[in-house]
Amino acid sequence: MAFIEVSSVSKAFTTDRSVRCVLEGVTLSVDQGEFVSIVGFMGCGKSTLLSIMAGLTLPDAGEVRLDGEIVRGVRPKTAIVFQNYSLLPWLTALENVHLAIASAWPMWPRERQASQATRYLGKVGLAHAAHRRPSQLSGGMRQRVAIARALATEPDVLFLDDPFGALDALTRANLQQELGQLCSAEERPVTTVMITNSVEEALLLSDRIVPMTRGPRATLGRPVAVAIAKPRTLAQLVHDQDAMRSRAHVVESLTVSVRRPRRPQFTPKALDDLALSVVPHRSEA
Amino acid sequence: MPTSAREVGRLFLPLSGIVLIGLIWLVASQSVPDLPSPVQTWNESKAYVLQPFDKRGEMDQGIGRLAYYSLVRVSKGFLLGIALATPLGLLLGVSPTLHRMFDPVIQILRPISPLAWLPLGLVVFRKSEPAAMFAIAVCSMWPTVINSAAGVRAIPQDYWNVAKVLRLSRFTTFTKIVVPATLPYIFTGYRLSLGIAWLVIVASEMLTGTPGIGGFLWQEYNSLIYAHILLAIVTIGLIGFALDRLMGLAESRLRAT
Repeated sequence: MAFIEVSSVSKAFTTDRSVRCVLEGVTLSVDQGEFVSIVGFMGCGKSTLLSIMAGLTLPDAGEVRLDGEIVRGVRPKTAIVFQNYSLLPWLTALENVHLAIASAWPMWPRERQASQATRYLGKVGLAHAAHRRPSQLSGGMRQRVAIARALATEPDVLFLDDPFGALDALTRANLQQELGQLCSAEERPVTTVMITNSVEEALLLSDRIVPMTRGPRATLGRPVAVAIAKPRTLAQLVHDQDAMRSRAHVVESLTVSVRRPRRPQFTPKALDDLALSVVPHRSEA
Repeated sequence: MPTSAREVGRLFLPLSGIVLIGLIWLVASQSVPDLPSPVQTWNESKAYVLQPFDKRGEMDQGIGRLAYYSLVRVSKGFLLGIALATPLGLLLGVSPTLHRMFDPVIQILRPISPLAWLPLGLVVFRKSEPAAMFAIAVCSMWPTVINSAAGVRAIPQDYWNVAKVLRLSRFTTFTKIVVPATLPYIFTGYRLSLGIAWLVIVASEMLTGTPGIGGFLWQEYNSLIYAHILLAIVTIGLIGFALDRLMGLAESRLRAT
């Protein structure tokens, strides 16, 4: 049995005037230790799906099982990294991480909690900034703190909600590679689900990529396996044949979902939303 | 020289405003028979201002001493008020049910004048000191209640999500998230509350005849020493201004961090 089981999950948001069906019959399973990315356009309902999987939002229909148990709220040993960091601005970087640890292991003595917090801030390269507040940190540094906070609780499930979406391209590339290294460096691989709109990011980090059709009534497309040894580098992905094939698959299924007859208004803008990198196509002999 | 021009403006304009009001006062004192002129007021008040901590009798005391009595009374009432108002406001902010239940009550109680509360306080407590404290507390607490509640409701969903994801206990959520996130709002409430508390002091001292700046004002009116009424009015204004500035300072320091 898979570690994360999402079965026929639907979700609609009701406003005063209308009912907007965001997700319809979404089914997905993720094995223990697997890194799965859900790739889709902005506003297609990816984040809603993630927050249902994490237990922050309840689905209207269907269910999510984590490690065999139905998710009704945020379960212990679950960590989430949000796009907007969600650090508490009145606490220092160290205190933000410490708060998570103190909540995960209230019985630990304070010194042990503190040393765990320091250790994980060190892992993301922020030992020097431990006593700074989020407002004194750059966007990339804030997201490092958020990643340290998530990993420091030694979760067995990690949800990443477009974790690099708010960062500039260079910081983004750095942090993506570091996250890849961090994830492979953990003693036992953490089961991870990442939401992103960047196919490259998904290729870099995932074992499997699941395209998501455009909302409303979004569902998941056919998953694409990425069979390249980890950790990977961005440079390596540019020329790797497997990566090219996977990339082509993902892009194709996303494009098809845009063109499907139910949504006739295909716009080139829709494709721009997707952070596609143009790779020179080399013809094979 | 735009900078020095601005410097001059910053000092000169407020000062000229004060001088203008003084002139209007002077002109008015020429036409109203019982209204003392600024110079006359100063001459009759000199003793109170220059020896501010003299005590010559129950009500015949230096202005500093009278202000001190009033400040102590206001602090007691204000502290009692915010001690009740802060938890009440946070509670109303957290619970929409409680908010819907008590919001009408608050809206009805809020506009009631201190002059209306004081007799009730006298009936219940039978002494003027606790009655004054009661009136100050009950009048000044509403801005703090309303602001603390608004502060809690303004906490971004992100922070509530953090509390959920980290599985923080109710107590930790309260101390680590709700209170720090609401603190700037609470202090805005305190500032407004203190302003009202200082407004109420005069009314409550007038009615109860207790020594203090308001009691002094009423007594001097009864003794027909009109210059001292003006002295008391100016003093009340200056102290109120200083209190507001102090709270404003505390508030802005809080927002900066």
